[in-house]
Parts: sequence; C-alpha cells; structure tokens
Amino acid sequence: MRFIARRLIHSFFLLIGVTVLLFSFFHLAPGDYLTDIQMNPQISTATLNGLREQYGLNQSLPTQYVRWLGSVARGEFGYSFTYNAPVGPLLAVRLRNTLMLTAPALAFAWVLALCFGCWSAWNHNQWVDQLISGGNTFLLVMPDLSIALLLLLLALHSGWFSVGGMNSVNYEGLSWVGKLKDVFSHFTLPVLVLTLSSLPVLLRHVRSAVIEVLDTPYIQAARGHGIGPGRLLLRHVLPAAANPLLSLFGLSIASMLSGSLLIEVIMSWPGIGPLFLEAVFARDLYVILGSVIISTLILALSSLLVDGLLYFADPRIRLETKP
Amino acid sequence: MKHVSKLSTIAAVLVSVHLIVFCAGFFGPYDYATQDRSYPYAPPMHLHFIDNNGGFHFRPFVYALVANQNIFGSYTEGKDRIYPVSFLVAGSKYRVFGLFDCQTHLFSVASPGRIFLFGTDGYGRDQFTRLLYGGQISLLAGLLATVICIVTAMSLGGIAGYFGGWVDVVIMRVAELFLAMPWYYLLFAARAFLPLTITPLLTFFLVVATIGLVGWARPARLIRGVVLSGRERNYVHAARGFGASPWYLLRIHILPQAYDVALTQTALLIPQYILAEVALSFLGLGVTEPTASWGNMLGTLQQYHVLVSYWWMALPVVMLAPISFCYYLLASELRKRSNVVAL
Repeated sequence: MRFIARRLIHSFFLLIGVTVLLFSFFHLAPGDYLTDIQMNPQISTATLNGLREQYGLNQSLPTQYVRWLGSVARGEFGYSFTYNAPVGPLLAVRLRNTLMLTAPALAFAWVLALCFGCWSAWNHNQWVDQLISGGNTFLLVMPDLSIALLLLLLALHSGWFSVGGMNSVNYEGLSWVGKLKDVFSHFTLPVLVLTLSSLPVLLRHVRSAVIEVLDTPYIQAARGHGIGPGRLLLRHVLPAAANPLLSLFGLSIASMLSGSLLIEVIMSWPGIGPLFLEAVFARDLYVILGSVIISTLILALSSLLVDGLLYFADPRIRLETKP
Repeated sequence: MKHVSKLSTIAAVLVSVHLIVFCAGFFGPYDYATQDRSYPYAPPMHLHFIDNNGGFHFRPFVYALVANQNIFGSYTEGKDRIYPVSFLVAGSKYRVFGLFDCQTHLFSVASPGRIFLFGTDGYGRDQFTRLLYGGQISLLAGLLATVICIVTAMSLGGIAGYFGGWVDVVIMRVAELFLAMPWYYLLFAARAFLPLTITPLLTFFLVVATIGLVGWARPARLIRGVVLSGRERNYVHAARGFGASPWYLLRIHILPQAYDVALTQTALLIPQYILAEVALSFLGLGVTEPTASWGNMLGTLQQYHVLVSYWWMALPVVMLAPISFCYYLLASELRKRSNVVAL
C-alpha cells in the first residue's frame, strides 16, 4: 500500500511540475493570442487592453498560474480564446474520440504482438520466425505517416472504408444500427494505422522476452514433463516474461498517444489531435495546456497502473518494497 | 571482422545518399522554386529509346507534354518531336554547400522541352528536383537536431552523473518532466510558443533547435548511468588524486566511456528526428514554402483528391522508409559492437 501511495504522490508532483514548466515556457515566449489580433487595424488598443484584462493576461505569472489551478479544480482547465468557451468540456468530447481510437488500437496491437511474438519465439530461427521478423522489420522502418498515407490511398481507391471524419454527412438520418455501422466504417482505418504503427516495437520485445524465458532450465523441465505448448506459454512462460512487457505497456501508451496526434490530423478524426493543432496555430494557450496536461495525466495514470500490476506480477518488487 | 565490413557498407550507403542530396543542384535538372504554371500536376515522364518510326536511339529521349484542354492536370505526349536527354549541361544557377556557384546539371533536355522524371506539383515545379532539395532539409534537420540533442544530453548527463548530490537530483527531475509528456505533444507545445511566420531559413533552425532540445532527456539518463559507474574507475580516482579538475576528468576520462552509448543513441535518434521534422512540416508547423522539405511536400496530400489523382506527390514517403531502414541497421550494428542494451 505504501508503495502505491508513494507512486501517487510522485505522479502528482510530476503533473504539477509539468504545468509549471509549460507555464514558464509560455511566458518566456514572445507573443500570445492577442498579439496576432493586434495586426487587425479594426480592433482598437482599448479593446485589446479590455480583452487582456478579461482573460487575465496582464496579471503576473504566479497569479495566472493560481487562477488556472482554480479553474482546473472546477473542471474548466482555463478558457479557450478561439472557441470562447471553457476548455474542459471541449477537451472531454475530443478525449472520448481519441480514446475510441487508441484503446482498441492498443488492445489489437498487444494481442497481435503476443500471438505473433510467441509463435515467432516458439519457432526460433525457423522459417516462420524469419518471415514474421522480416515483416516486422518492414513495419518497423515504415514511418506511421507512410503507413497512414498508403492505407488512405488504398481506402480511397477501393472504397472499402469511409474516409475522413467520424460520421458521414447523412449520419443524423440513420437508424441506430446504421449509425453504428457508419462510425465503425470510419474508425476502422485510423485504428488499423495505429495498430500497425505500434505493433512492430511490441512484437520485437515480446519475441525476445519469450525467447529468453524459453531457454531457461525450468521451462525445459516443464517441456520435458510433457506440458503442451498452449499451457506452457500461458501458464509458465508469459508470467515469467511479464516484467519487461508490463514496463513496455506503459511506454506503448505514450507512443500510441503521440502517434494518434498525427494520425487523427491525417484522417481528420475529431480527437484531441486536430484541436491541439488548431490551438497551436492560434496560440490558444489554455487549449494547448489542457491537451498536454490530459495526455500527461493519461500517461501518469497508466504508469501507476503498470506499477500496480508489476507489484502483483513480480514477487521481487514486493520483497524490495516491504518495510 | 564481418560486423565491421557490414557497418562500413551501411555507412557508405548512408553517406552516398547524403552526398547526392546535398548536391541536389547538380543532380536535379531545374531550380526547386521555379514555377511553371503551364504544367501543373504533370505525371512522371517516360524515358523512351524507340521513336514513333521504330528507330532505336542510344540516347534516351522524352516527348513534350501537351496539356489536355478539357481536363486539369491531364496530359498526352506530343510525339512530333523528340527531346534527347543531354548530360552535364548548363542550366539554372545553384550553390553547392552554400559556397560555390555552379551551373552544370547532370542531365536536362533542350529548351522548349521539359523533363519531369517524377512529375510536377500543383505549381509545375519539378518533383524530382524538389525531392532532392527536400531531402537536403529533412536529412540535415535530423542530423543537426541529433547533434544538438546528444551534446546537450552529454553535458547534462555528464554533470548530473559526475557531481551527484542536488545537481543530479535537479537535472534528473527535470528530465523526468520532459519524459512525462508524450513526445509529439511536447514537441508541438514547444513549437507553439515560437513564432510561426518567419523566413524559411530561420524556421529551419528554430525547428531543428526545438526538436533537438526537447529530446535530451532519454539519452541524458543513459549517459548519466554510464558516468555514474565510470567515475568510480580506478584510473579516474588516480587522476583525481593527481589533482585533475572535474572538467578535465569529465572530458578526458569519463565521457569517452559514454561514446558507445552516445553513438548508438545517435543512430536511433536521427531517423526519429527526420520524421519529427517531416511531421512538423507536414502539419505546417515546420519549414515553409517555397523551400522544399519532405514534410511540406507531403502536406498537399492532406487534400484527399491530390492523393487520389496525383500519386507521385506521395514519393517522399517512399524515400523515408529506406533511409530509416539504413539507420535501423546502423543502430543494431553499433549496438552489437558496443554490447550495450539501449532502449
């Protein structure tokens, strides 16, 4: 329990640190949302000063920071200049859409990585292994941008998937089955791209971890006792290989979030990605801040989860952290 | 022995790719920014050896493109006159390595004719030339950003590992902050605070600096680990006993132990940073027109109709994969040599 509590406190300070870091970034940087508006001759200096006052941009850095923390506590995450609305609700919808992509993609990527990784490791140095490893290297060196564009090209030519956005134009008129189908056909392509782009790293690590465990004497002994491959892998090999793979799980969430940012923009999926990009162009301070904080929060939570899982999966950690 | 020869093969391939790209002016027949509005989205041309009458030519030739009056971006070959490809001819002026003014191009065709090996973009700029110039920007961005990143990581990691105590705690906590954010989020947020509308050259250096400085945390951690164990070596203790200063110790005795790790990290980071530049420019946050970069060349593909109708606009994508493959091989060879597991 103390272990988990310590991790909680640690990630809390990490989050605070990230916000402080970003806030100081902002204020070291020249210009803000209003400097771009200044160019417009129709807006007078008085109006600008009024706006500056209203948004609290003329206050000192600590005051702004504390005010922002207050709005985080209210779930608002500050105020978006371009959307003229609190950031919190804006982000919530986008976050749901992003998770709709990343969560299934993460699951698919891990299932595929575990299956193919085990299969590949079981047939170490045989043609199956070489085939899988070769294909994997191919995917590994393909940038996710390339995978996305190539699959997009395929989809546009074949018409197998709907492309662009999350719903079709006639979405509102569809029955609920139709709506489900519609969303599904839009979501297949980005999920596929995300899965394919995160699969190779996972597969490589699963393969090497499983190979390492398969070589150990106790697995040889278990094999000698005539335990079948399925039971051997599930009951004996994977639990032993769990430690590095669980750590990798945390890392894979980070890279999935990163990748999703780019893929969402390419596929015009209404997730955090396009919102974030718009905000970067408009220098919409609190939207940028909110998106980064949300992603950091997801990361922190997932690393907490991983730590918890490790605690249960690996007795060595339990012993280490015993008082 | 075998590893060394494999390593040098990969290095040779990479060096030649970089050389070709850095002499883009020589290998590309045209200027990267010159527009030719009469040829928007011209498809890649065919090189012919056999003319209309069945006569064989040793020198390859092309036909002139005739725009189809009714359909935009659709062309037919005007077969009444052939334009043989001539080599080492004078053309538009360009600079090599920013130093020498040159005029000689590797190949071109006589004046009214044009040669577009990889087609043209929407402004009628030669895609082949732009691909080379774009590679110049994208590959250089990857290299420079990596140098910045590794130098920062070496100094901060070295200082943290050598001095220990509160210096170490502060530096490593800050590194943790940088690692707590997903990489693209961090990169874009950092880019958001820097000015957007500036000259292409300035943007290039800005983007390179941003990419390089944002990624210092992970290599710094690894290098700190090496330094931490390296400073306890006996010869380091001996040198310290002879009165060597910390700076001297770090430079001469401790950091050289981290060169293997740094080298492997370099090979891992370069393709990642090339992709970062490509992603930034693709989204319009990086190097801006008219300067070509693989990223902003791909940027037009955000309009789906361009992707469907003019596939040759996606050629930079095809270039990225082999280059990252080479760097991947390089990294795994280096890792084998140094026997260091670096994630």
